[in-house]
Amino acid sequence: MFKMWRKWRKEHPAGPLDYARKWPLQLTMLATFVFLYAPIVILIAFSFNDSRRNIVWRGFTLKYYEKAMANDGLIEAFVNSLTIAFVSTIVSTILGAMVAILLWRFRFPGKPAYEGTMALPIVIPEICMGVAMLAFFARIGWPTDLIWPLNLGNIIIAHISFSFPFAAVVIRARLAGFNRELEEAARDLGANEWEVYRDILIPYLRPGLVAGGLLAFTLSLDDFVITFFTSGPETVTFPVKVYSMVRFSVTPEVNAASTVLIVITLVLTAVALWMQNRSSSKND
Amino acid sequence: MEHWRRYPRVFWTVLSAPTFWLAVFFIIPLTLIWVYSFGEKRGIVDIEITGTLANYIRAFEPVYLQIFTKSLWIAIVSTFICLAVGLPVALTIVYAPKRWKPVLLMLVILPFWTNLLIRTYALIAVLRTRGYVNFGLEWLHDQALWLFQLVGMGPIGIQLLGERFEPLEMLYNNGAVIIGLVYVHLPFMVLPLYAALERLDRSYLEASLDLGAGQLRTFFLIIVPLAMPGIVSGLIITFIPVLGSFLTPDLLGGPDSTMIANIIERQFKSANDWPFGAALSFLLMYLTFGALALRAYLTRGKGGGLEA
Repeated sequence: MFKMWRKWRKEHPAGPLDYARKWPLQLTMLATFVFLYAPIVILIAFSFNDSRRNIVWRGFTLKYYEKAMANDGLIEAFVNSLTIAFVSTIVSTILGAMVAILLWRFRFPGKPAYEGTMALPIVIPEICMGVAMLAFFARIGWPTDLIWPLNLGNIIIAHISFSFPFAAVVIRARLAGFNRELEEAARDLGANEWEVYRDILIPYLRPGLVAGGLLAFTLSLDDFVITFFTSGPETVTFPVKVYSMVRFSVTPEVNAASTVLIVITLVLTAVALWMQNRSSSKND
Repeated sequence: MEHWRRYPRVFWTVLSAPTFWLAVFFIIPLTLIWVYSFGEKRGIVDIEITGTLANYIRAFEPVYLQIFTKSLWIAIVSTFICLAVGLPVALTIVYAPKRWKPVLLMLVILPFWTNLLIRTYALIAVLRTRGYVNFGLEWLHDQALWLFQLVGMGPIGIQLLGERFEPLEMLYNNGAVIIGLVYVHLPFMVLPLYAALERLDRSYLEASLDLGAGQLRTFFLIIVPLAMPGIVSGLIITFIPVLGSFLTPDLLGGPDSTMIANIIERQFKSANDWPFGAALSFLLMYLTFGALALRAYLTRGKGGGLEA
């Protein structure tokens, strides 16, 4: 193997611009990846470690997953997070698609200002949005004693507010490749405005909608800062719960719960990428 | 693109819901905070809007001014470390074999998709006194002592290295905050740099090398100036979220690594001084807008490298 590689290198000498084959750059790259991945890999590996001290490897176990599953507070927070993310994703995708269509299709007075305002939730610091939401819900006297799914309402509203402009960006990127002739053809053949949307535009948009929706889902699932300011003692989300656990100590249960969340996010990201690839290869 | 009057019904339909949402659940909350920042605290929950500027003036008291300068300093240092790491990484990806490029880019972005809290937590487990870095160092220390013993210089080894390993205090200080911020924000830097370097015309580099400049000279005199719009863009795109960070200084920092976001949180939670917290939030927002305006000004007409 090594011999073959040496031979290949001899036959293909690195050109002066082959920066990817210069060892100082390769070393930097390797160090960067170790820096980025080692903590996460260690976290995942040690969630299976049979030792509370969590430093030395003492054999494989699933007991911390069982413990995490038996932790009612953690499970409740997990269910809350998924519920919030689910509702927020649906609303964000619809609102995002509307913004995308609006900005893609129409000229109207004040459009640059409108676009700028729409980008505000993307650029302003999370902490500012968090405290604004806290003040807003306190001011309008948002009831805090609602029954289960409804008491998550304020968190869901906050999540939609910061997610849908992101979804709009992703969906608009997909729209940019739309062939307007299809729409004209449909109109010529007698389709009305609604039918054009239902039969032409929305089917074309589907991969963009999925990608935008998955982005909204991950954003919602990941958010800590804004949720931290809108959640109450009864409405704890997964990141808020982990935050309160981390403040006390580093425990294998947190590792196990984190691993589950990482796997969920990775699977969703993979699905999103796969959808995007499939849609772009179909179009080429 | 059509004028909205041609299809007014479609226009109003797609305009209404998002605009309503943004106005009610984003603009109004922000406006509320803005109004509060000119108010005075009366009692536990009452805020009277008196149009006072006292909250803004208070933000310039030495205690808070120091936190602002410290936050700026931490953010600038972290951003430039991101640049120093990100530039070689982006360069390597740009010149990597074609089929490796998307994989390498993906590897840079992937951590970005994992939860910020989990990544910060993972870093705590690595850096703490009984964490993996110290554990590794202790092992090295013991091996070194053993080596000294082996060559019969045990006492010298103990004198040099100490009999017991003293774990390094890597958490709860400014260094930990900077490491954490770099760890979290590196992808923000690599992406615009990658976009800028990818567009770079390679014949300039070839010309420079042909004419006798070394690799380092070519890098600093050709690559860096040509990629400047992307570098500026990357610096500012990284700087903005770093400056507003809450979680990293909160979990990794010590008592003296408080950043702006942490004092804002304190005003809204434990200190319960909303008007002052609101004023601080708006000062942070003005800094953000300032940075964005600077980016627009510095990269005007050149393409900031965000489009990719």
